[in-house]
Amino acid sequence: MLEVRGIQNGIVIDHIKAGNGIKLFNKLMTVKSYEASVLLMYVESKAMGKKDIIKLENVFEIDLNLLGLIDKNITVSVIKDGKVIEKKTAQIPMVVEGLFACHNPRCITNSDHYATTSFKLYESNGSAEYICDYCEEITKYKL
Amino acid sequence: MKQPVRHLIEPEDLSIDEIVSLVEEGLKMYENPKDYLQVCQGKIMASLFFEPSTRTKLSFDSAMMRLGGNVLGFSDASTSSTAKGESLADTIKVCGYYSDLIVMRHPKEGAPKLATRFTDKPIINGGDGGHQHPTQTLTDLITIKRFKGTLEGHKIAFCGDLKFGRTVHSLIRTLARFGNKEFYLVSPEELSLPATLKRFLEKSGVKLIEVRTLEEVIDDVDVLYMTRIQKERFFNEEDYIRLKNAFILTREKLAPAKTDMIVLHPLPRVNEIAYDVDDDPRAKYFEQSEMGVYVRMALICKLLEVGPYARG
Repeated sequence: MLEVRGIQNGIVIDHIKAGNGIKLFNKLMTVKSYEASVLLMYVESKAMGKKDIIKLENVFEIDLNLLGLIDKNITVSVIKDGKVIEKKTAQIPMVVEGLFACHNPRCITNSDHYATTSFKLYESNGSAEYICDYCEEITKYKL
Repeated sequence: MKQPVRHLIEPEDLSIDEIVSLVEEGLKMYENPKDYLQVCQGKIMASLFFEPSTRTKLSFDSAMMRLGGNVLGFSDASTSSTAKGESLADTIKVCGYYSDLIVMRHPKEGAPKLATRFTDKPIINGGDGGHQHPTQTLTDLITIKRFKGTLEGHKIAFCGDLKFGRTVHSLIRTLARFGNKEFYLVSPEELSLPATLKRFLEKSGVKLIEVRTLEEVIDDVDVLYMTRIQKERFFNEEDYIRLKNAFILTREKLAPAKTDMIVLHPLPRVNEIAYDVDDDPRAKYFEQSEMGVYVRMALICKLLEVGPYARG
């Protein structure tokens, strides 16, 4: 079995739905460049069957809103000196600003550089649906 | 302490009591326009129309002039600095210094809301794309009040393009706030009310009865709200030709309607109301256009805190 050593300082993003890890990994890399990072895919899991894991060295903060948008079952462990000092769970965010574009091509946020997208959670049955603060169109967040 | 500036971006920016007050003040202004000739003396309204409009712009201009105020602005983005590439933010900032109140129409949805970030002057949304048109809603309400006496308890049918018709969206949401919980929707399937709005209304206890012809409901309604069906909304010309006649109001179709029913239309009308309907006493769409001036006068006074809305 493939073995990857644990990190001494940083965060471990666990319980990512198998297959989504690479999309999340790419998304995280556009936000910040990390010192060392590992993406594990299709790892055996008792609870999930298969899952993905991301380990980021020397990173201690991550946007839980972004993770919650992707999958509310994702967990984040903060590690210092080889020990887990904090465990957080992603939550579907009620308010999202600037993380994704409005689905409506006629929305001002798609044509004016002063406008940052701003959404409120509309429904979260299965996938999260957000209503735009500007045009009130519904956008489904897709990774 | 200085009060935060009030804007009107969507009908929900006004409470029910405030809407009732605007309608009542508008009716007083209609009855006695001479009492308000000086109310806005020394005030300037910027009328920024980034896309063409006849009725809304002229109605606002007329409202401000009837209050004794002045108007500046443009009626087409091509005649403004927008054509040179100026941002909305810069135009709004500058016009905020030139005026006491800004009325704007913009093709992009949400543009007036964005504009509120760049000025401390009140902004009125004069229509943003297919999104909201709150002063048309006030116009519709003052007309219903004038001819039907109340804003609640009526059977109201909306006919035509209910998908893209922003006036319908704003009005139906507002009427629902007034306790009207049942509406007839008369449209082709392709142009029915957007699913999001249907969900929103049904969640708040509104019953929507969808029919495909006017004849099914005409004898039961108190207010018939007609809208224009635009050819370009259809995927092909055959569908348009097949469906357009079902949503045209003629004298013949109007015959079984109640004698005190009223027909409204936000205008411009193309062919969805036959010209011979204009002579029927139930046709109130031109009076509706007239009432728009008076309710806009009341709104200008409210946002500028003058006349009936003067502080202290």
